[in-house]
Amino acid sequence: MALQLSDKSISTKAKLEGWVDRNLKFIFTLPALLLVLALIIYPLIYTIQLALTDASRSTTRAKNFIGLENFVTLLHDTERFWPAVGRTVYFTGAGLIIETVCALGLALLLRKAFRGQGIVRTAILLPLVATPVAVGMMWMLIFQPSIGFANVFIEWFGIPAQGWLSDPGQTLNTLIFIDVWQWTPMMALILLAGLASIPEEPEEAALVDGASWLQRHIYVTIPMLKPAIFAAILLRAIDSLKTFDILYATKGAGGGSNHEAETLNVLAYSYSFDYQDYGIASAVLILFLILICGAVALVTVASKAGAK
Amino acid sequence: MIDVINSAAQKPSVGVAQVIRRTSPRKRLLGWIRAVAIIVVTLVMVFPLFWMLLASFKQNVDITNPDVFFFAPTVQNYINVLFANNFLRYGFNSLVIAAAATLIALIIGLPAAYAVSKYKMKSVSGFILLARVIPGISLLIPWYYIFAQIGLVGSFRALIITHIFVSLPLIVAIMSSFFEGMSTELEEAGQIDGLTVAGTFLRITLRLAIPGVATSAILSFIFSWNNFLFALILSGKNTTTLPAALYQFISYLGVDWGGLMAASVVITVPVMIVTIFLQKYIVAGLTAGATKG
Repeated sequence: MALQLSDKSISTKAKLEGWVDRNLKFIFTLPALLLVLALIIYPLIYTIQLALTDASRSTTRAKNFIGLENFVTLLHDTERFWPAVGRTVYFTGAGLIIETVCALGLALLLRKAFRGQGIVRTAILLPLVATPVAVGMMWMLIFQPSIGFANVFIEWFGIPAQGWLSDPGQTLNTLIFIDVWQWTPMMALILLAGLASIPEEPEEAALVDGASWLQRHIYVTIPMLKPAIFAAILLRAIDSLKTFDILYATKGAGGGSNHEAETLNVLAYSYSFDYQDYGIASAVLILFLILICGAVALVTVASKAGAK
Repeated sequence: MIDVINSAAQKPSVGVAQVIRRTSPRKRLLGWIRAVAIIVVTLVMVFPLFWMLLASFKQNVDITNPDVFFFAPTVQNYINVLFANNFLRYGFNSLVIAAAATLIALIIGLPAAYAVSKYKMKSVSGFILLARVIPGISLLIPWYYIFAQIGLVGSFRALIITHIFVSLPLIVAIMSSFFEGMSTELEEAGQIDGLTVAGTFLRITLRLAIPGVATSAILSFIFSWNNFLFALILSGKNTTTLPAALYQFISYLGVDWGGLMAASVVITVPVMIVTIFLQKYIVAGLTAGATKG
């Protein structure tokens, strides 16, 4: 009896195991997919819904359907919305160009092994793992016009003191500088990994043929590194467009008193959580998402064209 | 990927004597230029952090005088931050949230990453990585609406759930690329010996993947620890995390620079220590997947 029972349970167990194995693909991915669905897809649909209403002030207040009015308002808004688009594009574009050039230089500089490279690699990791809000506070002190180190430093070279973050004309450029400081290492690491995986023969051949350092890099190394360069640009572009922590930590609500650091992300945040204007904030987010998808498409197309 | 980085890190550096014997004066000059450039870059990366550390030990009188490198150090800023401003409590909150989010994301993400790599489920991984493209704020508004209606705003549960959104895509991205790079020989041996596919995953693959799991767990923990946006809105009095507390610190107290820098150091030091000891893993994780296709 007991034997029979255990036989039976074994066969049920075997059946179950067989079923699990056949459907493993779904069993293993289902929890993750459900979570993504609940945490991302549903909220996204909810955002689209909110964008078509006048939701504001309290989350329990009844909202009225107002169609595309929020979008019309935004697209006519040359005070806040369009300048924010401009700042987002400028912040990301300028930051990306500087970071790509610096990261390429840094990766080539650190490429060949040298003594102390462990220390240097750890040192360049520190900016990118540091908590962004703390990084913002740190640079706020350094760029403080009257007590910060930045003005002391440039005065050593005879340059007059600057306003940095407190000068509306310089704020965005100062923030780009901080972004470059924090994220160039990230791009450099991706490029270093790329450099480690390209074959050495073409470069050696170029060396034997008498190509100069510059020629070797422009005609051999960098073209071979293209996939890694585009991967780094793509990752960085997405994160850079979405930059929030440092902008909000250093300039606060609305990107400062003149909105000098107000990118689309900060604008959407301000509309929703500083002014409780959820409907229009959702509309900003949808337009922002379109911009991000456009940028991703642009980089992808450029990388495909570059690969040919 | 990880192998590539390991082997690059282990490549022995060329001995000094060798270099000098072999090289011409021009090459030696270039070597010096390179060394100076490396030192300058390292200084640029480290100096601001050093300045923050220095300022955290200064009295506010010394901070307002930027010329001064030498000063009478004080730990008063730290005492204020940790005890008067409750940063110990916020640190505990951050720890609980980051650990819980990472653990849950590992339990859900590891099987998913395995299936994605084993069955080449490109669309599933694309779907999960969508999370990287979408700005956090566009999720935060609906989350806030929903959490407000079911009374979850300010709870640990709300913060842990939202931080999984940071951790899960990261873990799936790193681990699917790690699983793809693993050899399948032992797995096949396990299946010949009668293990089921699920059993092979649990008993063999996961054990072999420990370095990858460590990498993804460390990064997931760091990014959750650093996350500012979600806690800014969804945390309450008892669940404030360190980044949110740091932001509130400035708005309430204005310009207590010493305290502000001490608070910033308190947040960044744990991450820095982890980074210094686990540099190799962090580099592997950050570059995983990025250099392929």
